[in-house]
Amino acid sequence: MSPAVAALVGGALIGLAASALLLLNGRVLGITGIVAGLLGPDAGWRASLVAGMLAGGLAVALLVPGALASTVHQPALVLIAGGLLVGFGTRLANGCTSGHGVCGVSRLSPRSLTATAVFMAAGALSVFVARHVLGVSW
Amino acid sequence: MRRGLSAFLIGVVFGAGLAVSGMGQPQRILGFLDFTGAWDPALALVMVGAIGIHFVAQRMAKRQPAPLLSPSWPDYPFTRVDARLLAGSVLFGLGWGIAGFCPAPGIISAAAGVREGLIFVPAMLAGMALFHGMENLRARPVADETGAQPVSR
Repeated sequence: MSPAVAALVGGALIGLAASALLLLNGRVLGITGIVAGLLGPDAGWRASLVAGMLAGGLAVALLVPGALASTVHQPALVLIAGGLLVGFGTRLANGCTSGHGVCGVSRLSPRSLTATAVFMAAGALSVFVARHVLGVSW
Repeated sequence: MRRGLSAFLIGVVFGAGLAVSGMGQPQRILGFLDFTGAWDPALALVMVGAIGIHFVAQRMAKRQPAPLLSPSWPDYPFTRVDARLLAGSVLFGLGWGIAGFCPAPGIISAAAGVREGLIFVPAMLAGMALFHGMENLRARPVADETGAQPVSR
């Protein structure tokens, strides 16, 4: 599978999962919200979904070597800074790539359309500064 | 019970889709976000595939009184584009462009033992916990000036 076909097929599976969760369980497939809800009441279905997500992802990684692999090796402090920003930011914005980028954009929510445009622009800014201003290559 | 089973199977499809799509490869994410360099546009097709299908499902949901296994549709309590949405999305995006992971692929990569995921995910969870800690602090009742009884703000 070429990267483009893989992206389209993978995206379709993501869309299918979001659709099934909405039409069956009446829930939004937003991973940060689901993970944050693991410590609250009604954690059961959330834990099931996360367990399934790991099973599905790891199964594909066994069949397709390199599906889950990084050739970018940032220093640990850089990854920690990135993780803190992603964790804090997604909770402050009430959503990440799945909740805003897929589910919210699909229902044409102004909040999600805005969030998606903003986090893509901010992501591009990070890469621009790192690669083309600071010239880092890891 | 049925909702738990459906959530598990949905998780399997979601995780498989993420792994197939390339979202679990930080080099592809950083390439996709590198608009002024060696731009790799393929990951835009993840959005095309996912939104193309989910857009139809959202339309279907509008015509049904309720989901199949649940009494009600999700409620969307937030409606306004506010400072929290904007600031949170900026922070998230900056971190996404630094680490090359958004939350779900990061979690799967950590489970697969990928070094970058193993460092990223605990920090991400710490960031989420930090947010909730700050929210709880804001919502905590404060003592009034007499110090007699805490009152809710």
